[in-house]
Amino acid sequence: MSLEALGVDTVFGIPGGAILPAYDPLLDSTTVRHILVRHEQGAGHAAEGYASVSGKVGVCMATSGPGATNLVTPIADAYMDSVPIVAITGQVTSRSIGTDAFQEADIRGITMPITKHNYLITDASAIPRAIAEAFHIAATGRPGPVLVDISKDALQAETTFVWPPKLDLPGYRPVAKPHGKQIREAARLIREARRPVLYVGGGVIRSRASEVLAQFVDLTQIPVVTTLMARGAVPDSHPLNLGMPGMHGSVAAVTALQKSDLLITLGARFDDRVTGQLSTFAPGAKVIHADIDPAEISKNRVADVPIVGDCKEVITDLLAALGGEHEAVRPADYEDWRIQVAQWKATFPLGYTPHDDETLSPQYVIERIGAISGPESVFVAGVGQHQMWAAQFVRYERPNSWINSGGLGTMGFAVPAAMGAKVAQPERTVWAIDGDGCFQMTNQELATCVINKIPIKVAIINNSSLGMVRQWQTLFYNERYSNTDLHTSHQQVRVPDFVKLAEAYGCMGLRCDSAADVDATIKAAMEVNDVPVVLDFVVHRDAMVWPMVPSGVSNDQIQVARGLTPVWDRED
Amino acid sequence: MSKHTLSVLVENKPGVLTRIAGLFSRRGFNIDSLAVGPTEHPEVSRMTVVVDVEDLPLEQVTKQLNKLVEVLKVVELERTASVQRAILMVKVRADMQTRSHILETTQLFRAKVVDVAPDAVTIEATGDSDKLEALLRILEPFGIKELVHSGMVAIGRGGRSIIDRSLRSA
Repeated sequence: MSLEALGVDTVFGIPGGAILPAYDPLLDSTTVRHILVRHEQGAGHAAEGYASVSGKVGVCMATSGPGATNLVTPIADAYMDSVPIVAITGQVTSRSIGTDAFQEADIRGITMPITKHNYLITDASAIPRAIAEAFHIAATGRPGPVLVDISKDALQAETTFVWPPKLDLPGYRPVAKPHGKQIREAARLIREARRPVLYVGGGVIRSRASEVLAQFVDLTQIPVVTTLMARGAVPDSHPLNLGMPGMHGSVAAVTALQKSDLLITLGARFDDRVTGQLSTFAPGAKVIHADIDPAEISKNRVADVPIVGDCKEVITDLLAALGGEHEAVRPADYEDWRIQVAQWKATFPLGYTPHDDETLSPQYVIERIGAISGPESVFVAGVGQHQMWAAQFVRYERPNSWINSGGLGTMGFAVPAAMGAKVAQPERTVWAIDGDGCFQMTNQELATCVINKIPIKVAIINNSSLGMVRQWQTLFYNERYSNTDLHTSHQQVRVPDFVKLAEAYGCMGLRCDSAADVDATIKAAMEVNDVPVVLDFVVHRDAMVWPMVPSGVSNDQIQVARGLTPVWDRED
Repeated sequence: MSKHTLSVLVENKPGVLTRIAGLFSRRGFNIDSLAVGPTEHPEVSRMTVVVDVEDLPLEQVTKQLNKLVEVLKVVELERTASVQRAILMVKVRADMQTRSHILETTQLFRAKVVDVAPDAVTIEATGDSDKLEALLRILEPFGIKELVHSGMVAIGRGGRSIIDRSLRSA
């Protein structure tokens, strides 16, 4: 009843003994749609996909013990990427807690470090308040996962449903409105800078700040980089968008950060994948750091101007401070810098070389999927090489169109998250761009998609390997390929045959192994919208993700090809 | 590395101690000592944590603690502005010859003898960390058989209470 009162429309889950009393009334609900998945991990990632694409809180449910522990991975994933989800788990009866009862697990203890907050409820009358608080905590401040563990006797007991409950969270006071003094100071630094960069992170997406950010970029004409979690926050087609920074970012983006004198950081957290060796990251830059989570500010890099607040509010206030008549920003001040970064962008575009043999280029496949399906689609990826190529070679023009597991890097994320995204936005085409390794971890959710009429499109970038690990073995381990061979396409060995697997689930399955057939295969998939489609793209095994900054190394050492780093003149 | 004493006001709910200890473990902060007990408000408990960190990481510790939903307030109690005490109980080897020396030491430190055995004496002392360390140094040559330290608690000097301010803003 609490879920209904909160306006929840979808729950992903699997019932079990401890949570049975909650499932019985679900059968009669006219507003809450429960989707029965095939693995609780799928339910968790589906809730994440649902939340990431819509901005609403995703909901997943599982029973006690192993059901709950199967949710641990998606909960940790949501924690790392700040995705608002609520996980509801059943627990053994309160008398049995601590006795190693059947299907008992201390899920509250287990998820303490990976949830924004969690609850163990043993009293039925506390349920409405706990659920209401859980949703509030998940959705406000820095979004994140909240777990509510409810004992079976609490679920079974009879009590009066009191709504709305009074939230009792004296220790939870997220700050959304930024401090005026900090805004003025930031504006001053922006006016004084000569080589500023907007370092835009996932917080801008969570805060729905893309529109005001577009206005800010128009006003100030400051170049922008969008991190892995922020792709689409500023359209890729915008001339000032230098692309993605970080380990596999574009040379223009990485170099702009390294050479800048001011980082205007919005909703980003100086993650190690972006900074490389921290001590040599952006050595000449002052830092304005705006984030809703005060603990992120000065965590990895000391901020000269810390601003605690919601990104949308921060950008709006900065717009006002910089747009006024007396102290307006002068975009002409950055003209030399703009010319320079444009030069880098032109000299070092993202690209790939086709291979000597006739095998398919994975980058080409992904590029074509992005181009044919278009920016109104939603693209969800797994983790690995294909994820990096999907971030690089699809053109993102709007926020919430790119969904991936950035912080935790969870293989198996794509299919269930795509499922969740499609449920949230059924009118959009949703692609899961997955690897052959990742696909084998969660593909059972194809059954869920078929049965519940969730027609996602899955493109398996099949290089018959754990691609990213293989790349590192090629570069740093003398091509000693220890345990990265998956036998899913190489030399015609297919274990499993993905097309047959797809058909076994009731999906349409198609294989493509030549460049000439790529467009036709994608278009055939676009035509089918009553069942999920699985496309098995057999690609070249030794394709590499470039550029690359090896871990622990300075961003100045960015490699554009094997052993090839741009040499910077002293004037650059 | 320097030691800092943090007073953390938390909601008096089950699992809060675990949450805080877990946070320290997860973030790799060093806890020197931890004491927790009730306050003048039944819904609020108070934890006194002594951490061993430099200044910048201390800011992180404080911010991470504040993120926890059940944490109401985190205050650093500096040595000069607070009264810091812990209870030490130490069992010292004592025979006919040494017992009087030990008792003299006890008196000098204004400590108390709480147990006497044929071969040992147990002393209870209250004080700040300097005093307790000094006492232990003097007792060391006699032979320390067992020692238990309660962990530091601290209260700010002056008339205000850290609880009043936090509940008023709640």
